[in-house]
Amino acid sequence: MNRHAPTHATTVLYDPPAAGAPEEPQAPAAAKRGPLRRLVSRFSVLGLIGLFIVVFWLAVAFIGPVVAPYKGGAVTSTEIFGSYGPAHWLGTDYLGRDMLSRILFGTQYTVGLALAATLLASGIGTFFGLIAAVSGRWVDEILSRLFDALISIPSKVLALVVIAAFGSSIPMLMMVAALAYIPGAFRISRSLAVNLMTLEYVQVARARGERLFYIARVEVLPNMIHPMLADFGLRFVFIVLLLSGLSFLGLGVQPPNADWGSLVRENIGGLAEGAPAVLMPAVAIATLTVGVNLLIDSLRRHGSRSHGGGK
Amino acid sequence: MNMIEVRGLRVVAGASPEPVVEIVKGVDFTVKKGEVLALIGESGSGKTTIALALLGHARSGCAIAAGSVKIGDTDILTLGVKARRALRARTVSYVAQSASAGFNPARTIMDQVIEPALLHKLMTLAAAREKAIALFRALALPEPDTIGERYPHQVSGGQLQRLMAAMALITDPAVVVFDEPTTALDVTTQIEVLAAFKRVIRELGTTAVYVSHDLAVVAQMADRIVVLNAGRVRENGATAQVLDAPADDYTRQLLAATRHPEAELAAPAGARETPLLQIRGLSAGYGRIDAHGVPAVRVLDDVSLCISRGGTLGVIGESGSGKTTLARVVAGLVDRARGEILLDGKPLPAKLSERTLDQYRRVQIVFQNADTALNPSRTIADILARPMNFYHGLCGAAAQKRMLELLDLVKLPASIAKRQPGGLSGGQKQRVNLARALAARPALILCDEVTSALDTVVGAAILDLLAELRRELGVSYMFISHDISTVRAICDDVIVLYAGRCVEAGQRDALSAPPYHPYTGLLVDSVPELRPGWLDSRRASTLTALPPLGAESDAPELCSFRSRCTARIDGTCNVVPPPLKKLPSGADILCHHSAADLVRIQTTETVAA
Repeated sequence: MNRHAPTHATTVLYDPPAAGAPEEPQAPAAAKRGPLRRLVSRFSVLGLIGLFIVVFWLAVAFIGPVVAPYKGGAVTSTEIFGSYGPAHWLGTDYLGRDMLSRILFGTQYTVGLALAATLLASGIGTFFGLIAAVSGRWVDEILSRLFDALISIPSKVLALVVIAAFGSSIPMLMMVAALAYIPGAFRISRSLAVNLMTLEYVQVARARGERLFYIARVEVLPNMIHPMLADFGLRFVFIVLLLSGLSFLGLGVQPPNADWGSLVRENIGGLAEGAPAVLMPAVAIATLTVGVNLLIDSLRRHGSRSHGGGK
Repeated sequence: MNMIEVRGLRVVAGASPEPVVEIVKGVDFTVKKGEVLALIGESGSGKTTIALALLGHARSGCAIAAGSVKIGDTDILTLGVKARRALRARTVSYVAQSASAGFNPARTIMDQVIEPALLHKLMTLAAAREKAIALFRALALPEPDTIGERYPHQVSGGQLQRLMAAMALITDPAVVVFDEPTTALDVTTQIEVLAAFKRVIRELGTTAVYVSHDLAVVAQMADRIVVLNAGRVRENGATAQVLDAPADDYTRQLLAATRHPEAELAAPAGARETPLLQIRGLSAGYGRIDAHGVPAVRVLDDVSLCISRGGTLGVIGESGSGKTTLARVVAGLVDRARGEILLDGKPLPAKLSERTLDQYRRVQIVFQNADTALNPSRTIADILARPMNFYHGLCGAAAQKRMLELLDLVKLPASIAKRQPGGLSGGQKQRVNLARALAARPALILCDEVTSALDTVVGAAILDLLAELRRELGVSYMFISHDISTVRAICDDVIVLYAGRCVEAGQRDALSAPPYHPYTGLLVDSVPELRPGWLDSRRASTLTALPPLGAESDAPELCSFRSRCTARIDGTCNVVPPPLKKLPSGADILCHHSAADLVRIQTTETVAA
């Protein structure tokens, strides 16, 4: 309970203000600081690092192909598994292609595919989670059991089976990744929404005669969006790893195109000599996942603080 | 000799780049050895912050900025972290408001009660256990020898609060700080706990600081009262002086809010023909429904009531009596098992989905907890606009105008409309709640403990507002409360619920003098009076043991209060269901005693007091 929250002392407006109790204005002080300073103060140092990494990779996904020194698939050197050098900053791969260009071209597959798949998974999962929470017992029961059944299939095995059966293509990869992560999003959004449904403002809305759609859209969804965003970030990382894993097994993005996972697989032969061709895509995967995680952690901490004490 | 000496204490919240708020603004007071000092004030007055400062502790985000706190001869603010920890529980101990949150559910009570003594290596395990059992006995706990073997969930809330006091007292501390220890308890339980605290403080001669917002409670416990407001001491004096001759305006305001003036009975003129709301034989509950259509857990059992147009019905009972369920059934949020509800003489469907828009509009509900009753992500303007649009199709300028009218009606500034609920105080939120209900232009507002979570002064202001709205708009209320004095202040008719049964129904005046149902009697007697010594005299009168009761017949509808009734009759109460009786005051009660008997029983108690 926030009975003793210190701010109460300053927000008593209905009684004539007691003599000698000055009202401390708090809002203007926060508004005076510039937008950048506000952003900086919202995130911790680690959160800022995460934000920087994520923004960097998102930018690369868009402008990577434009700034890449060579064409993505072009064989540009006679040396295979070449080391760092002025012509090829990150060395060359097993066919003598420029590694920097390969990574820059691969970013759009990894980031773009994963982003689209995560949007699908979180969107669909949240939608069904809301439906299950606000409608009656039977709908909830059926949806929950259905997604329980889905969750019981290991996501990688499911992805392997589906792709083995239908062949690999970009839309197929996106759908498989989304399908594998919908049940998790459903579970989380349902449990959040069920908790919110018991709150009194939802009860008031029900007693007012509101339709379920209105309750879901206005009373429940805005209050669960913050944890769902944090979950979105986590899911994004899982999907990047799943797609990279699939590519590593040769079931992901097909040659000559390559996402970071396939780059690692292609160049696995260079591992013994410590070639940058195998190290750099792995580093890219690692930085993206670490960056997103740092960003989410700071988001989540911020969210839980704003939730605490009903503020 | 001064046991506690606080000089110029200042506590601030927030680190320096952020705006700093001063919570405690230079407080001085002293407590003599063996004295009980009460810190009283509204929430936000800094009373808990001061109490924690006595332990050398500031909550996270706060810091003790200046001043000195002397316990005995040591200034604890000059001590280091380690020395302060050694001091806590040994020299100064603390009893928190929520005992259930203060106990670890996975360990037995005894283990936790003796923990401070073992932690500070003050006594051996056996000696500590012995001491704990002696304390259990002194605190009037049932089965003192074995209660320590139980787990926290196996005892009641009032018992847990007393066990927490035992935990605080086990090390024979010089000072005990009680932080609102009875606020979360029912009135009847509160009295038992207070009596136990008072006795043990007196026996051990402990110096105590008692934090509370309730003047009547403080009047029973304290020798001196310090009145706080917004982090400053408003008044510091002996209990009798503060209560009888307050020197400060704020103290007078507080006293006025505690003594609810009784509103005049607004006799609804000629509106007797069709009552607004009529409930007949209502039963409701939770769990699986058996063959007779009765749910496994019955929360309401055969309740009938009637609210006239413009009238106000008070529903009183302890927690678990089914009063909130009653409101939820009327609002359609809980299904009913049996019985019918008539609104304006027409049946009100049990299921929400079968009600018409007009039926939705005419019944509005206002909940106890203002914090969770407003959607935190919408502005006040959005919250108030929705029912106007939904029921009356108002939007744009018309809605804006109506919203300003509503805010004015509940006495909130118009500037509040753009803010979100998080930026409002508890009292303001409750006013917004009321405004939202009024936006529908309802005929009946179900008020579920609307003032319970608020401070005395703020709660009194809300009660005044309710009375005023009723005069101006002619709305009816079903006013649910556990506090008999607030019900007296606003209601025309009253029903008393016990374990889902309506044990007494009558006009408000039926509560002012005996005879009443024995349970009503217990409730009336449990409301602390603003008179020092009231608790002692009351305790003397109610120490009578319960009359023995033999085996029970399996007749279904026995008196539900028989297990706690001091006037029960063996061979009658446990065998035959109580008949419905009419008292001279016009109230109907469910009891075996005749009116004359009840008058005799209840007035001898008062005379003894």
